[in-house]
Amino acid sequence: MTINQSAVLRERAGGRQAPSSLLTTRFRLFDLTMRGLSLLAGSLTAFLAVGLLGYLLVRGLPAIDWTFLSTSPSALNKTYGILPNIINTVYMIVLTLLISAPLGVGAAIYLNEYARRGPLVQAIEFTTETLAGIPSIIYGLFGYICFGSIFSYSILTGTFTLSIMVLPTIIRTTQEALRAVPTGYREGAAGLGATKWHLIRTILLPCCKNGIITACILSVGRIAGESAALIFTAGIGTSLPRGILRHTLSSGATLTVQLYQYADRGLNDICFGIAAILVLLVLALNLSTRLLAGRTRRED
Amino acid sequence: MSPVQEKTSITRKGPGARQLVEKIMNMIFLICGLASILFVVAITLYMLISGLPAIREVGLWNFLAGTVWAPTASDPSYGILPMILASVIGTLGASAIGVPVGVLTAVFICYMAPRRLLPFLTATVELLAGIPSVVFGLVGMILLSPMIARIFDLSSGATLLTAILVLAVMILPTIVSVTITSLRAVPEEYVHGSLALGGTETTTIFKMNIPAAKSGIVTGIVLGIGRAIGETMAIIMVSGNVPNMPNLFGSVRFLTTGIVSEMNYASGTHREALFSIGLVLFIFIFLINLTLNRILKKQPQ
Repeated sequence: MTINQSAVLRERAGGRQAPSSLLTTRFRLFDLTMRGLSLLAGSLTAFLAVGLLGYLLVRGLPAIDWTFLSTSPSALNKTYGILPNIINTVYMIVLTLLISAPLGVGAAIYLNEYARRGPLVQAIEFTTETLAGIPSIIYGLFGYICFGSIFSYSILTGTFTLSIMVLPTIIRTTQEALRAVPTGYREGAAGLGATKWHLIRTILLPCCKNGIITACILSVGRIAGESAALIFTAGIGTSLPRGILRHTLSSGATLTVQLYQYADRGLNDICFGIAAILVLLVLALNLSTRLLAGRTRRED
Repeated sequence: MSPVQEKTSITRKGPGARQLVEKIMNMIFLICGLASILFVVAITLYMLISGLPAIREVGLWNFLAGTVWAPTASDPSYGILPMILASVIGTLGASAIGVPVGVLTAVFICYMAPRRLLPFLTATVELLAGIPSVVFGLVGMILLSPMIARIFDLSSGATLLTAILVLAVMILPTIVSVTITSLRAVPEEYVHGSLALGGTETTTIFKMNIPAAKSGIVTGIVLGIGRAIGETMAIIMVSGNVPNMPNLFGSVRFLTTGIVSEMNYASGTHREALFSIGLVLFIFIFLINLTLNRILKKQPQ
């Protein structure tokens, strides 16, 4: 989010004294009320975010230690390590991006570079919007009936489901990055006799690198935070991988799904431990998109 | 390598091969583009195929307008009206709180906040947008629920009100960021015009900029509604999950939570009925998307 709005309005509505316009006095009550309410709403939003962050860290950080991070849950020792869940989450992120990043970038390139405006493009854009609006529980149901019937409860089923879910994010973010590439680059390449694919490979993709990475980071956030779409697709297994590839066919709960399971059983401290890790992850992802955006602006 | 050879690197493969590569890449990108269409068609078909049998068996009217959900009773009854109403009321309630707070927050961030605070404020909105729904559910369950129970003197704080408050916070970031984007797009001339006519800054913001950004703000609201009606995990943790007719201080079950809470043990018609709930939810979402599409089309790019 960059703010770049009416400088006049900001300066005058901000700190300085209102000008002595004829109508000022008549509207004073309205002005004061609305400004007060805006201040209140703004502070409320900031307070909610900071309060949530503080609360989660204060309650969650004490639960996190090395055993918590590096063991699997054991009914015998009554410990609740989350290593399998961390591994499952990483599996989910990597596999989902392996499928949806090429697909989404390809779709964005098709929409921006190949397609001409027409019914087909409209259909693609409408369906992409639709995909973005479908709630995760519907993806969960779909994945459960469609992929679940082939791979049953497994990380692979979850991966396929999530790949469809994050597709619109990747398409849109990549499209924005493609639009930011100056038309002159394309004209120049065409003038030098480059073919379209050569142009895409050597000019557009390198120019959009940061945009594509941003798309992936946004997707990582969605994948790591997803739960409703995963409960009935990836299931709730907590075993450690017995083989790098074999693990994709076994059921595995991600961090969020595990949090829900533990909340159901009333293990609140463990839940807050997981929640703190998730929130720190969100902070890290937000920070990295910000840094990337800053770098892109400087490169321009 | 001589300069001549370097120059030919683009055409090294010869014209025939080059055209072939071009055609293949064109095809690949086209297929990627068609993926969205394919997925939406597949999801729609699957939802229809798996959702219709139970509706046909129970009867559309009994299913949608029945008030009793008792799928495991000896005389099973599959009425989802309580869930539909809970979803609709929950979503409207969340918007009633989230929209004003969100729009005013956007105004504050856009026009009033000190410039030095801007990165911090946008970071807080981004943080709220990124927090997973189970985490909202957890905080709602541990912090908000007992609070509500104490304030209103209830035996349990797992109520529709709790769900509404959690949803309101969850749709807040969507509304704030979309509103900021559309306020930014208001032409500077409007502002100058309003100020020149003697409007104060606040009058200009609320009577000029907000009406001018109306369609963008409505887009944000519709997106927020879509997010609220589809939210599952946060709701299941705070709403008590009993399929009662909605009551602000009573435990309720939403369409989304209706699916999750019984999926792992349902079978036969019961299981099919859960898919039918999914279909009803899907139709709701589809209508919301159509509305959104209408608004976006009216809006000049």
